[in-house]
Amino acid sequence: MKRELTLPIDETAARELRVGDILYLTGKLFTARDEAHHVMLETHEKGETLPFDPAQMALFHCGPVVRKSNDGWEVIAAGPTTSIRMELFEDRFLETFRSPIVIGKGGMGDRTQAALEKVGAVYTHYTGGAGALAAERIERVETVHWLEELGMPEAAWIFDARDFGPLLVTMDSVGGNLYRQLEPTIAENMKTILARIEG
Amino acid sequence: MDEARIRSALVEAMRIAATQLPTDVVEGLRAARERETSELGAAQLDAILENVGIARNGSIPMCQDTGIQTFFVEAGASSPFLGRVKAWIEEAVVEATDAIPLRPNTVDPFTGSNPGDNTGRYMPFLNWELVDGDEIRITVLPKGGGSENMSTLRMLPPGVGLKGIQKAVVEHIVSCGGKPCPPTIVGVGIGGGADIAMKLGKKAVLRDVGSAHPEPAVAAFERELLELINMSGVGPMGVGGATTALAVHVEVAHRHPASLPLGILVQCWGDRRARVLLAADGRIEVS
Repeated sequence: MKRELTLPIDETAARELRVGDILYLTGKLFTARDEAHHVMLETHEKGETLPFDPAQMALFHCGPVVRKSNDGWEVIAAGPTTSIRMELFEDRFLETFRSPIVIGKGGMGDRTQAALEKVGAVYTHYTGGAGALAAERIERVETVHWLEELGMPEAAWIFDARDFGPLLVTMDSVGGNLYRQLEPTIAENMKTILARIEG
Repeated sequence: MDEARIRSALVEAMRIAATQLPTDVVEGLRAARERETSELGAAQLDAILENVGIARNGSIPMCQDTGIQTFFVEAGASSPFLGRVKAWIEEAVVEATDAIPLRPNTVDPFTGSNPGDNTGRYMPFLNWELVDGDEIRITVLPKGGGSENMSTLRMLPPGVGLKGIQKAVVEHIVSCGGKPCPPTIVGVGIGGGADIAMKLGKKAVLRDVGSAHPEPAVAAFERELLELINMSGVGPMGVGGATTALAVHVEVAHRHPASLPLGILVQCWGDRRARVLLAADGRIEVS
């Protein structure tokens, strides 16, 4: 089902989203790859407050190409990065910061799935490599955090987005998982393929 | 030879590669979209095609991972410019990083530092091939990390034969799922040795989507492998569908009797490439 959503959304709204839904988001996204996840968790563990509220935004696994312009920053390309790298700490991150929507590519593992169920959030898949399309839907760079320390791809960029999508929900808060749903079909197809090779 | 002119031609080639997906790949994607029966898979292909159009029209990189700038140089042995090509390419990469712009993607494995201009030890990487004649043909392949991470080498026992190769390739590509950004172009290098099989696989992804190997037996093997991979149902971006690979290209070298090296090079849908021809009289063509 196609859904247009305006961020922030609350837990109840996030818990209504299901595998197969295609989302278009308007509102704030923040980017975080491995390094920004670490810095944000460390900041929280030291008892310090983050400079923004991740619960009000979608978490975007992305290392963008951004260029300095006259009045700030211009996004050149901003497609998703491979999400599974963040599996090591994503459960802790979601339980701490409670972002309702995660955007990435390739899907995540069991620990993240459990965290999505616990906090009421979804993982959405954005078309890999669609960096120009993403940039077109980002209206403005609000600000950037930890740019000096982490560099352009790893910094936490705060984007104002409009109709950001298509974002396909592939993991939801009730245990739905598109990748796992596909596994039996692919396993069955593999048997046919191997039989043809041997035949 | 006007050095600024050749540098700007090389920058232009890198811009074309980053922003304009070659026609053969776009046609392959369009054909895949027409065939696609999975609604979710079709939505992925629509987004890819829309993205490709935005990048071309706006002359902006189609993907934020603008890759490692990898060059293939067919160097005519009697070209007067042989000794300068390496320096020109390196200077052009620095210029292109700022001008296009490209994401700074070269990281020191020991210190983690990034020079910020896509150069570094062995970077940009040049694959040299010495050929007859006085022309130099340079192809740039900006290779993204996500698909390169899925490339692999198998040293198979020769006894498994061609069937064993088919099985290994299909099993590997299916196990990759959505990670290499399918539909992919799969470069398969067979024979030679470990390094040669990998290099042949990478060279194979330079071929146009839809092209066939000149030897009929190899071409038939390519068609069969493509069909087998697409029977898997992994689909665009791994969300399910009819097209997991756009093309399979095979390159073959003779092998040692005891070895059957198999290089599997995975290229995402963004099979970006552009060429510069440098003639002995200073004429330059960019395509």
